[in-house]
Amino acid sequence: MFVAATLAILAAMALAVVRAIKGPTVFDRVLAGNSMGSLAILLLAAVGFLTGRPEFLDIGLTYGLLNLIGTLAVLRFFRHGDLAYDPGTKRRR
Amino acid sequence: MRYVSLGLLLFGFWLALSGHYTAFLITIGALSTLFCVAVARRANALDDEGQPVHLFFGTLTYYPWLMWEIAKSGWTVTKIILNPRLPISPTMIKVRAGQKTAAGIATYANSITLTPGTMTVGVDGHDLTVHALVREGALDLKEGGMDRRVRRFEKGL
Amino acid sequence: MQMAMEIASWALILSGSFFVVVGMVGLVRMPELYTRMHAASVTDTLGAGLLIFGMMLQAGLSLVTLKLVFLLALYIFTAPVVTHALARAALHEDVKPLLGRLRAPTLLTRRSKVKSGRRS
Repeated sequence: MFVAATLAILAAMALAVVRAIKGPTVFDRVLAGNSMGSLAILLLAAVGFLTGRPEFLDIGLTYGLLNLIGTLAVLRFFRHGDLAYDPGTKRRR
Repeated sequence: MRYVSLGLLLFGFWLALSGHYTAFLITIGALSTLFCVAVARRANALDDEGQPVHLFFGTLTYYPWLMWEIAKSGWTVTKIILNPRLPISPTMIKVRAGQKTAAGIATYANSITLTPGTMTVGVDGHDLTVHALVREGALDLKEGGMDRRVRRFEKGL
Repeated sequence: MQMAMEIASWALILSGSFFVVVGMVGLVRMPELYTRMHAASVTDTLGAGLLIFGMMLQAGLSLVTLKLVFLLALYIFTAPVVTHALARAALHEDVKPLLGRLRAPTLLTRRSKVKSGRRS
């Protein structure tokens, strides 16, 4: 059963890669990257159950938090051209 | 009150994640809990919005309801995706959020985004700009069933 | 009882896998950014939720289940934040959404030419 889940998640990841390569705008690529992240968490959980090592779930949790931060940082970078943009100070671009 | 609840939450989180219960590790966990609470206090993150303890009992019934909504609209979107003709009719509408508190509006906006087929793209006071995959989804939202449910949740039911 | 749990978790995990794949198929099939985001949210909420519930049934009552609950909470709280931020950033950069009734054959040819109303 977890083999089926793992294969399905891998297939979904392949589709996300297709979108990341094709994506006309940068936002399509960010969306595909974020989906890849969520799928990676699920993959970690499924592989953890498959191999009987639930420690993988901890890695999944950490990866989920990093995925959120990473996506937001990339979006911020493309919106402001600066990771440390602060609306209160002068615009740097 | 809020500090205590945040501290208990964080300490419980630590215990759940560590899984080793030796005196040394529990002491480290307590210390880091205190550190996090102090940081949250310094950042003034603990108010109605940051740590809405009064909403706790509401979540017990609200989230199961939301999951059922997600399942229903997820099935609708699945049928659209698998339909060879791809019958989509993207719509942008403005929806009025009837909640009184910021936490209520945020819950409403997040619930709209969580259900597949509708997502909030902008929030301006009580006006939400919503993008829907099909017109019917936008009309359902306009009817305000979810708005009423979130209003009830906001009152702590 | 054991049997029923086993069957239920099978059903949950298999249907979760199905929705995960369907969401990503939508990500590839949909015509433009905003509709793609709807498709991706099927994967993020329904697919992930069903898979995690299935794994919970497999794990039984233990620390692993608690971790899975945290994982589900992570999905529920971060997915809308990312979707919202992405939509905001795209609107800010003037990526205009297609609006109105659309059919697949016309999408492929008219995709770049369609002018559509932005939010007011």
